[in-house]
Amino acid sequence: MVSMSASAPASHRRHPVLEWVAVHTLAVTVGLFFALPFVFVFLTSVMTDQQTLTRDLWPQTWEWHNFVDVWRTPGFATWWRNTIAYATLGTALTLVSSIPVAYALAHFRFRGRNLAMMVVVATMMLPPQVVIVPMYLFWAKQLQLSGTLWPLIIPLAFGDAFSIFLMRQFLLSVPKDYVEAAKIDGCNDLQALLRVVLPMSRPAIAAVALFQFFYLWNDYFGPQIYTSENPAAWTLSYGLASFKSAHHTNWNLTMAATLLVMAPVIALFFLAQKAFIQGVTLTGVKG
Amino acid sequence: MTLTIEGSKRRSSYRPVTRSARRRRDLVRNLAFLSPWLVGTGLFFLYPLVATAYFSFTHYDGFTAPRWTGLQNWFYVFQDYPFFWPAMRNTIWLVVVIVTLRVLVGVAVAQLVIAVKRGGGFFRTLYYAPYLVPPVAGTLAFVFLLNPGTGVVNIVLGRLGLPQPGWFNDPAWSKPSLTLLALWTVGDLMVIFLASLLDVPQELYEAAELDGAGAVRRFRFVTLPYIRPILVFAAVTGIIATMQYYTEPLVAGQVASGQIGGSGQQTEPGYPDGSTLTLPQLVYNLGFQRFDIGAACVIALVLFALCMVFAALLMRRGSGFLAED
Repeated sequence: MVSMSASAPASHRRHPVLEWVAVHTLAVTVGLFFALPFVFVFLTSVMTDQQTLTRDLWPQTWEWHNFVDVWRTPGFATWWRNTIAYATLGTALTLVSSIPVAYALAHFRFRGRNLAMMVVVATMMLPPQVVIVPMYLFWAKQLQLSGTLWPLIIPLAFGDAFSIFLMRQFLLSVPKDYVEAAKIDGCNDLQALLRVVLPMSRPAIAAVALFQFFYLWNDYFGPQIYTSENPAAWTLSYGLASFKSAHHTNWNLTMAATLLVMAPVIALFFLAQKAFIQGVTLTGVKG
Repeated sequence: MTLTIEGSKRRSSYRPVTRSARRRRDLVRNLAFLSPWLVGTGLFFLYPLVATAYFSFTHYDGFTAPRWTGLQNWFYVFQDYPFFWPAMRNTIWLVVVIVTLRVLVGVAVAQLVIAVKRGGGFFRTLYYAPYLVPPVAGTLAFVFLLNPGTGVVNIVLGRLGLPQPGWFNDPAWSKPSLTLLALWTVGDLMVIFLASLLDVPQELYEAAELDGAGAVRRFRFVTLPYIRPILVFAAVTGIIATMQYYTEPLVAGQVASGQIGGSGQQTEPGYPDGSTLTLPQLVYNLGFQRFDIGAACVIALVLFALCMVFAALLMRRGSGFLAED
């Protein structure tokens, strides 16, 4: 087995050209699986509704006004506004409420810290359906807030488990010396967090914000529970699911609406790709 | 100590303090930082969890006061409720197939991105993009692409002379269709695996090559031991996520069946033929459409127990999940 001769360096280096062709062919083929759904959704979104019922795959005419029609569908523009307001406000509240908690869990020593971390992980893994019945009764019957997005927004002012977890993972890597140095300069813990730790943590804050924004943008169950009775409060994800039924067999408009819902998250991803991928990596275990 | 005193603002933190005073100050500080989360955990986790447990022993329709009925709901769900065991069977099928395939495909795709070397960044972005698609939008797209009549996939299969399954409209094919959708969004695992595969020391590969190990043996004896913790992590979080599978099967069932999901209308979940029923859908259906809150809470607690068993696996000592460095 052990041959130190130069004749057997690496099996995969024997045919570099062949290997290059094989790897790239495979990569492109796999790429088709990921890319083609987007392509066909797009092609369908610019067809006439009659053509979507044929077996013709390429648009005979390019009906760009489909996107305008979707936009003019009653409710669609409102759902957009609701979703942007919900995702933006929710993300801001999450950051303000979760970062101090993450900092305490990463940098303070106190009894029960491990227990606190376990509760964070347990709530992070908790299916929302487990507590939804009492939560709904609380918001709808006690506080009369059903038909609005407030039951989904207000809890974010009290910390979000996944954001706390992700931020804590990052803050562990901030050397304690920086915090100590800030304290010797006379900062208290809050000042050390705001003036020293947070400026060093911009990529992590960006990642946490993106994750939360995407989560709120995509969430279906929450809006379904609290807003289904009031279409004026629907978000895009919830509205989109009812779009197909409202348009019967109009697959072209449904696919145009689908693209309009996908577009902002994909665009945001390309703008902030680096922070995002760093964040995904942080969610994993180390080593 | 006196050297550091320059202004009155700094006085408090460097006054000579007794141990107990210091401890009290730390306690106040800890509580101040943790208070929003402590309140939130009590209000939005512990209280509703206890309430759910209480409701599971009562007859409650949400309008008249709950009436204590002991274990009646529990017997009903396990013995008489016709959808509980089908939903459990679906969940086991989905967990086994989706989690296994997502981990395998995730590793394979990550290896492929590494093998491409130059230009790998392009493929990484391409493979990752579907993960970002909102689940409702992705599900709608797949129901359309796979629809038996005019869907692209069956048109192509037809032209190739291959059989054309009913996909989301056929009980035998609905779960495989959901699996395809879950594999389309494998990008999150790819990125995690990519980071850990790139961490494997190159010297180990070179040493193995010198020993004459082929690609398979190099993967088995060098790569695999290195990325094992991350594989376990991906599998366990995948199991937890799949047990909570809700939006995709619900929307796929509604859209494929042509049912209207809007306000207040009852839908028969799990189309076609209960084949896409999952536990969270039962909670919604029982609690919010049939107003059988007691039975809904039983299923919610079963779901809770299942998820916490696997969450406990993650938090075991040495799993690396809660490691501090």
